[in-house]
Amino acid sequence: MSEPFVSANGEAFDWGAVPQLPFERFADGLRGALGAGQRAAAFFGVATGAGTELVAVLASERDGLLRWSRTLVSGSSYPALTPHAPELHLFEREIAEQHGLRPEGHPWSKPVRFVAATPSHRSPEELASRGAPPQVGVTDFFRVEGHEVHEVAVGPVHAGVIEPGHFRFQCHGEEVMHLEISLGYQHRGVERALAAGPDKRGPHYAETLAGDTTVGHATAYCQVLEALGGVRVPARAQALRGVALELERLANHVGDLGALAGDVAYLPTASYCGRLRGEFLNLTAELCGSRFGRGLVRPGGVRFEVPAPLGRSMLSRLDTALGEVNDAVGLLMEAPSVQARFEETGRVSAATARSIGLVGPAARASGLPRDARHDFPHGVYRFHQLPVTVWHTGDVFARAHVRRKEVERSGTFVRRQLEGLPGGALEGAPAAPRPGQACAVLVEGWRGELCHVALSDERGRFATYKVVDPSFHNWLGLALALRGQPISDFPLCNKSFNLSYCGFDL
Amino acid sequence: MLKLLTTRLRQGHRTTRYPAEPPALPPRFRGRPVIDPTRCEGGCRSCAEACPTDAISFDGTAPRVDLGRCLFCTDCERACPGGAVVFARDHRLAARTRADLVVPGSDPLAPSCAALDEKLRALFGRSLKLRQVSAGGCNGCEADVNVLGTIAFDLGRFGIQMVASPRHADGLLVTGPVSDHMKLALEKTWAAVPAPKLVIAVGACAISGGPYAGHAETHDGCDTTVPVDLYIPGCPPHPFTILDGLLRLLGRIESGARR
Repeated sequence: MSEPFVSANGEAFDWGAVPQLPFERFADGLRGALGAGQRAAAFFGVATGAGTELVAVLASERDGLLRWSRTLVSGSSYPALTPHAPELHLFEREIAEQHGLRPEGHPWSKPVRFVAATPSHRSPEELASRGAPPQVGVTDFFRVEGHEVHEVAVGPVHAGVIEPGHFRFQCHGEEVMHLEISLGYQHRGVERALAAGPDKRGPHYAETLAGDTTVGHATAYCQVLEALGGVRVPARAQALRGVALELERLANHVGDLGALAGDVAYLPTASYCGRLRGEFLNLTAELCGSRFGRGLVRPGGVRFEVPAPLGRSMLSRLDTALGEVNDAVGLLMEAPSVQARFEETGRVSAATARSIGLVGPAARASGLPRDARHDFPHGVYRFHQLPVTVWHTGDVFARAHVRRKEVERSGTFVRRQLEGLPGGALEGAPAAPRPGQACAVLVEGWRGELCHVALSDERGRFATYKVVDPSFHNWLGLALALRGQPISDFPLCNKSFNLSYCGFDL
Repeated sequence: MLKLLTTRLRQGHRTTRYPAEPPALPPRFRGRPVIDPTRCEGGCRSCAEACPTDAISFDGTAPRVDLGRCLFCTDCERACPGGAVVFARDHRLAARTRADLVVPGSDPLAPSCAALDEKLRALFGRSLKLRQVSAGGCNGCEADVNVLGTIAFDLGRFGIQMVASPRHADGLLVTGPVSDHMKLALEKTWAAVPAPKLVIAVGACAISGGPYAGHAETHDGCDTTVPVDLYIPGCPPHPFTILDGLLRLLGRIESGARR
C-alpha cells in the first residue's frame, strides 16, 4: 500500500484510490522520489474534520505520469520536508499559511501572501487567540550585516506599468549578495472562490488568474471540469485551443524579447517587437474578438468557429508577423553589444534549477528538458508534438534564445493547425463533476507549467481547487540569478524571467 | 549596419492614424451589449441570470446594462433564447461618472463622456503625466495600457505619458479591484500626487471589482478608495477604448454630446 497512486495528465479517478500513508512513509516516499528525478507539480493541504491532509502530486518526465500520495496531520505541526527537498520550500510555507500547520525545521518559514489561516477543524476560540492577521510586507527579511553593506528596498509600487511586489536587495557596493522577494499584494481570493464552484464566475476566475495567460489557465480549468464530468472535447475544439495557447505564447515571447532589447537600450528591436506582440494578440482577437482570448475557451470546447476564409487570412497575417519577428529578433541576437550584456548575466545552473524546481523557458534555458506539451501531452499535443527547446548556459542569453526558438516552433505549430483543422463540432455537452473524483491537469503556458488540481465532493461540487502558476516555482530562480550580479542588472534579469505577481498571489 | 537599415525600411511606419481615421477593430470585436426588449419573451431573464457579474438588470420589461460591471464575455448572448443580445462594434465606452455607465439595454448610443472643465484642460490638455497603480489587476489591463506606449499607438504624440513617480504625475491610472493588500499603497500613491490631480479607473475590476466584486479580499473597485474622474470599461478594455477615453477627457476629440 505504500506505492503512490498513478494517473495521467488530465485523468479523473476515484479519490479513495489514493492511499493515505502514515506520515513517515509519506515523507520518505516524497524525499526518495524527488531525489530520483521526479518533481513536485503540487503539494497542498486539504482541510478535513480530523485534521489537515497533505497531498503531493509529483510529475515524472521519464514516463509522463503523475504520482499521488497523501497523509493526515492531526496536530498543529509536522517535520518539514524542505531541508531534504528544497523545491518544497514555498509549498510548505503556503500550507503553513493556509492551514495553520507549522513545518518544524523549515529554514525560512514566513508568510507567502500574508493571509490569515482558516483551518476548518480548529475551534473559533483557538483561532481568536492567535491575534491580528499578518500585515502584507511586514515580516523579517534576510539581512547581511557589515560595515559597507547596504540594503535597497523597492516596491510594492514600481516605476513602470507593472504589478506590485516588494524586493529587498542586500548589496555590497553595486554587487547584490542576496535578493529576497516578498509578494501577496495582488491577493484577491481567486483560489478560494474557485474552490466554491463550479459556478458561472469560474471561467472568468480562470481567465484572470494571470491575465496574460488567459488561454492557458482557462484551458487548465476546463480540462479539470471535463475530466471530472467525463466530457469529450471534439478534435476541432482541441486544435483551436492549441492555436490560441500558442498565439498566447507567441505574443508574450515576442513582447519579452522586445522588453529585453529595451532593457539593454537596443531600441530598434524594442520598438519593432512592441508592435509585433500586438500582431499576435490581434490574431487572437480575429479568432474570438478579445486580444487576450477572453471568452474563447469554455468547458466542453471553444466558443468561436474558424471558417475557411478566416483561417486563410489568419495564416497570411501569421506569416507576415513571423517574418518581421525573425528580422527584428535577428538584429537583437546578432548585435555584439547585446551579446555582451546578455551572456553570463543572471546565471542559474542546471543543478540549482533542478533543486528549486524551475519550470518553463527558465528551466529549459538552464538545460532542463521540461515541457508539459511534450512530457505530459494532452489535447492536440498528443497528435502534434513540439520539440523541447533547451539551451545550457542558464543566463539571460539562454532565456532569450529559448524564447526565440520557441517563437519559431510555435509559429510552425499554429500554421500546421490552421492548415489542417479537423472537422466536426466545437463543443461537447457539458456535465457536472462526478462525485468523489480527483484530477490534476498540467498545461504548458508561455511561462511554464500551469497545474490545476481539483477534488469533487459527494454533491458534484469542488471540495478543493488548487492552482500552481509557474511563477510559484520560478520567483526563487530570479532571486538566485541576482546573486553576485550588479544591482543595475536587475531589470534585465527580471525581464528574462518575466514572472506573474497575480498568478502567484491568487 | 546595412541589415539594420533594410530591416528598418521593411518594418515601415506603423503608427495608427487614429483619431483622424477610425480605429481598426477585429470583426468579432465586442463593444456594448445591446438588448432588444421586443425580442424578450414573457419575463425571460436568462441574460441577467447568466451574467457572471450581475451587469444586466430589468426595470419592468426594460433591460439595463451596467458597463462598469460587464466583462463583455458573451455569456448573456449565449443564454438568450430569442437572440435579443448583440454586441455593438463600438470601441467608445468611457464615462465621467459611475451612473453614466448604467445604460438602457436597447440604447444604440455610446455613454456620454464630457471633457474636463476649461481650467483643468488648460493644465492637462496638452500634457498629462500619469502614474499607473495595479491594485489586484490581472495584468490584462496593465498590458493593454502598456501597449499605448508602443509605436503602434504612440501615446506620446498626444502629450500623455506614464511616469515613474507619483511626484511627477498629474494623476493615477488605476487597474484592479483594489486588493486589501494594495489599499494602503494606493492611498499613499494618491496622496503623493500634487493637486489638482486626476484618477482614471481602467477595466471592470477597477470600476466595480469585476469578477472579484463582493470578495472579502478586495474593495470592489477604486472609487471606494480614491475619487475617480474617468471610468474606462472592459475586461480588459481594447487599447482604442482606453485611448478614446483619455482623449475625450482632455477634450482632444469630440465629446460631451452623445453620438
